[in-house]
Amino acid sequence: MNETTTVLDPTGERHPVERQRLPRPASLDGMTIGLLDISKPRGDVFLDHFEERLVAQGLRVERFRKPTFTKPAPIDLRHEISTRCDVVIEALAD
Amino acid sequence: MSTLRHQGVAEGGWWQHRRRGSATLRGVSLTDLPDGFVAVVKRDCPTCTLVAPLLVDLTDVLGRGPDSFTVVSQDDPSFPDHLASIVDDSDLDLSYRLGIETVPTLLRIEQGVETARIVGWSRDQWRELTGLDDLGEGMPDHRPGCGSLTLDPTRADELAVRFRGSSLRSRRVELAALEDEMEALFDRGWTDGLPVVPPTPVRVLRMLEGTDRAPDDIVTIVPPDLVECSVEKIAVNAVMAGCRPEYLPVVLAAVEAACTDEFNMHGLLATTYFSGPVVMVNGPITTAIGMNSGVNALGQGNRANATIGRALQLTIRNVGGGRPGGIDRATLGNPGKYTFCFAEDEAGSPWVPMSVERGFAVDQSTVTLFAGEGPRGIVDQLSRDPESLSRSLAAGLRSVAHPKLALAFDAVLVVSPEHARVFREAGWDRARLRQELDEILTLDGDEIARGAGGITEGMPESLRGVTVPKFRDGGLLIIHAGGGAGLFSSVIGGWMSGRGGSQPTTWPIS
Repeated sequence: MNETTTVLDPTGERHPVERQRLPRPASLDGMTIGLLDISKPRGDVFLDHFEERLVAQGLRVERFRKPTFTKPAPIDLRHEISTRCDVVIEALAD
Repeated sequence: MSTLRHQGVAEGGWWQHRRRGSATLRGVSLTDLPDGFVAVVKRDCPTCTLVAPLLVDLTDVLGRGPDSFTVVSQDDPSFPDHLASIVDDSDLDLSYRLGIETVPTLLRIEQGVETARIVGWSRDQWRELTGLDDLGEGMPDHRPGCGSLTLDPTRADELAVRFRGSSLRSRRVELAALEDEMEALFDRGWTDGLPVVPPTPVRVLRMLEGTDRAPDDIVTIVPPDLVECSVEKIAVNAVMAGCRPEYLPVVLAAVEAACTDEFNMHGLLATTYFSGPVVMVNGPITTAIGMNSGVNALGQGNRANATIGRALQLTIRNVGGGRPGGIDRATLGNPGKYTFCFAEDEAGSPWVPMSVERGFAVDQSTVTLFAGEGPRGIVDQLSRDPESLSRSLAAGLRSVAHPKLALAFDAVLVVSPEHARVFREAGWDRARLRQELDEILTLDGDEIARGAGGITEGMPESLRGVTVPKFRDGGLLIIHAGGGAGLFSSVIGGWMSGRGGSQPTTWPIS
């Protein structure tokens, strides 16, 4: 994998540098839904059920998995999800 | 970290103490250095190779006395050959902290303080410093040595980040490897609509080489968010704008001038009017950094002109939070809001530099900020006498904002070389030209009153029967720039002038 680039924030740093969440969509029609497994035990079971139900509704689903639940998702994984999906559902707990 | 190849100086010795204990870098306190001598060398240097046998002898001879003799090797911990104890400085930690620029360098340390430094090989100097009268017998008198590895272009950037990176206070933002870095900066809202150079720590440190000011020195408070702005933040934005380090002093002066109460950057940003900051540069720095004051002076193509003006605008956008559609409420704006910066052609001018007229010494470089809209042309290809030409220029100036509006808008008149020649030949200095323009631009209240000429726009009815100057006192700036061919000059119209708006502001470049 390529190395990440670090840049210095050019702003007055009055706002969080992370981009903010988008508003919740009114409908999932036509959207690609990412299912993020954070690697907690049985999170995959939960998400498997979700996938079945979403696919049954004719929605497109992509699965992702964090390497470990103890750390934030790697920035490349977050970027991949943001470029491939319209919304993401994250299984937070076991 | 420097490590010892051999016994002689224990692990965790003086240089490591210094590392831990030092808050500053170059010029660091040397209290933990042992008294004696330190020679910094590298194998890949003919002069170092030449003196290598001496270093072995010196270690042997001087090492027996109260002084120590320490050899520090930058590129090969087994150099010099046959020496028992060598400090391995292949990470250049010690060399950087000692500020070594040439090898060999011989240092004398007394009571923890550097008291002597010999750069390169000089038999007489080495003899004098070591007190050994027969040192280097049969060797050349002098050899200049080689560049220290700390100055190697492939190492210098990495060293700068390692040793000075911690001096940078800006938040670090990590971009994903899969993210296109140009796109990433657009996504974060940090650009003016054109791509920017990613402000990596290495680039920002390099930019900061352009000034003696400390990175955390607060330059000014930037509107509209009224954020304290450090030298470092301006350097970050200067990198993004594409500046070279030597432009930074001009950018710093421009930001400082823009953020004065007098210039009123906040109001200029917030206005619905067209205008933005125009940066006019005078003095020796214009030629030193290669600014354009000649052909296409107000146009594209010169890096310094283009990026200095842009760095100012990016600083207002990013540090101050001033963005179009946010606080910037311009109805139409103008393309100069990307960047509008040029230099006065002083060498070819018939007049003293504009900065001198505004009270600065001729050798003092300055920026003059003006709240201006886009430039418009005035054509006069026929006038060969100053009276006729000044009437043409006045006609163009009268149209600033509206031919029937007066006093509320300043202007810059950019006189091109071919027009300036007419005034030169007639012996008109700048004051004479301004005086003539002021007389011509004394407007008849009856002509400019509201409704006069069938135009509702105009000055108040109360001005009927009196005369009104088009420009307030000090509201017309005259500058000389442009290519050698073309009987054209240019007018840059201003924004609301005076105390209630913006006043042209000249600031020294340090």
